[in-house]
Amino acid sequence: MLLRNSLVSNSLRATQVSLRSIYSSYNNTLSNRSYHVSMVNRAAAGAATANKQAIEIPDDIALETHTDVQAATKDQADQRSAASSDAEITDALTSGTTALNYAYRQDTGFGTRPIYMDMQATTPTDPRVLDTMLKFFTGLYGNPHSNTHSYGWETNNAIEDARKDIASLINADPREIIFTSGATESNNMVIKGIPRFYKKTKKHIITTRTEHKCVLEAARSMINEGFEVTFLNVDKDGLIDLNELEAAIRPDTCVVSVMAVNNEIGVIQPLKEIGELCKKHKVYFHTDCAQAYGKIKLDVNDMKIDLLSISSHKIYGPKGIGALYVRRRPRVRLEPLLSGGGQERGLRSGTLAPPLIAGFGEAARLLKQEFANDEAHINRLSKKLVDGLLSLEHTTLNGSALHRYPGCVNVSFAYVEGESLLMALRDIALSSGSACTSASLEPSYVLHSLGADDAMAHSSIRFGIGRFTTEEEIDYVIKAISERVKFLRELSPLWEMVQEGIDLDSIEWSGH
Amino acid sequence: MAAAPSKTQILSLYRQLIKNSKQFTNYNFREYFLRKSRLEFKQNMLQQDPVKVNELVSKANEELAVLKRQAIVSQLYTFDKTVVEPLDTHHKKH
Repeated sequence: MLLRNSLVSNSLRATQVSLRSIYSSYNNTLSNRSYHVSMVNRAAAGAATANKQAIEIPDDIALETHTDVQAATKDQADQRSAASSDAEITDALTSGTTALNYAYRQDTGFGTRPIYMDMQATTPTDPRVLDTMLKFFTGLYGNPHSNTHSYGWETNNAIEDARKDIASLINADPREIIFTSGATESNNMVIKGIPRFYKKTKKHIITTRTEHKCVLEAARSMINEGFEVTFLNVDKDGLIDLNELEAAIRPDTCVVSVMAVNNEIGVIQPLKEIGELCKKHKVYFHTDCAQAYGKIKLDVNDMKIDLLSISSHKIYGPKGIGALYVRRRPRVRLEPLLSGGGQERGLRSGTLAPPLIAGFGEAARLLKQEFANDEAHINRLSKKLVDGLLSLEHTTLNGSALHRYPGCVNVSFAYVEGESLLMALRDIALSSGSACTSASLEPSYVLHSLGADDAMAHSSIRFGIGRFTTEEEIDYVIKAISERVKFLRELSPLWEMVQEGIDLDSIEWSGH
Repeated sequence: MAAAPSKTQILSLYRQLIKNSKQFTNYNFREYFLRKSRLEFKQNMLQQDPVKVNELVSKANEELAVLKRQAIVSQLYTFDKTVVEPLDTHHKKH
């Protein structure tokens, strides 16, 4: 059916006769299977209307992929029941709270795949993006730098169209967009490239403590090359102090790098004010917009941004591609990381990837097209989630409540260990911080720099809301979190003490 | 498309969008395209300008084609249902 439909719609009528015979023999093979009968009958009855019907795919064609969450939690549950001699755990398991037996929804009649709430780590690829990309994986495989034939021209045109879509979202010129492998590469290009280019006169870099690891590590490696780096502190809301920034700028400062939206707490830095300040002191202003691009309004001219990093997979695009905006007037000079054929204005050599770039461009175009509706949807769900979670006692929202991107909600649940809560939430895909550090049990350095104590930093969880999150999912998350936080607190001796009115800070813990 | 699409043509377009959105096996994509189709038709319900209407209709037709293709892809590569999704109602499988 699939074959026939696509061919007919391409009006290859001449082949229809031969196809029909293939088609009918195909139907015959299907009708041997009882569960296909209704479908086949319908198709046979309405051969003329087959085009109008939605296409149905036989079960044996579909490739099913299963989630492995079940295996892991089954093991856990088995272990628990094996350890049932432990009276406390048995009590808890039979206490009437059904929430934790398996750490995922057990009532049959529902699926098992977790709800995806980790939109800061990455986002699902939009089907419309995939639709754009597929033709580059099937027919349009030319090297975009091949100037001598149409295979090259068609992919090159697609890349230039994508460049336009990506640039227009930040009010930039398409020629100012440099494609890279992702925001990490873009950030490295800036933090290493600019100081290296100006190393004869400039020796100083300014950034903040709450930046993404790739900026912090790149800056640290520049210290080894003989540069000085100032890491600005943030206040308890996660915002930098503009006076502190101005005081930190020296005559030999070459670049200030401040992220737009923080990946862990969603705080939006005052970009425009920072831009003005940098312009006043003639210092390049770089901003890491991996989490901000297309989600908040950005304008490189209005905000006086000289360099801006973008990542495709945070905006429902494909993974493995990103971009760096590099201002042309006044020209920003930087030493490229990669040497080679001199593609992308000589700043990033290497053959461009047309499928990824076309997908990235389509994702950017969709962001622009859907901006108002997406924003309204995310704001509504975010408000619901924040209200629902903060209605639990002893929960706090991390980061500024006013200057934040609503799609990133970071909440601390006091007296609950964040990692154990995550273990108890196998049915919701969440993270306690950035994915890069989720393997370690270290509390988040971002929350630390906000002045949160270890306990609060440990008990925080980040919720990401995006275009594809539904209201039903938010309701489920609120219910699951409320139940399981309550359950875990009942196990906690600290919580018992708090309920008895003991001030935990007054206790002197004795070490053994 | 003719000069001005008739009310029936637009309604049939809307029905096709909804029908094809429902074909997605992925819960989040299905819900998103249903929400989007409903919202956009509602937002443009009072649109009178024939030029604008034509523009919207041709855009919706393009999106319908994308939906048809991607609904197939979604059925070719399937995954377990999510925890908020009842197992039997939406799709024939299981």
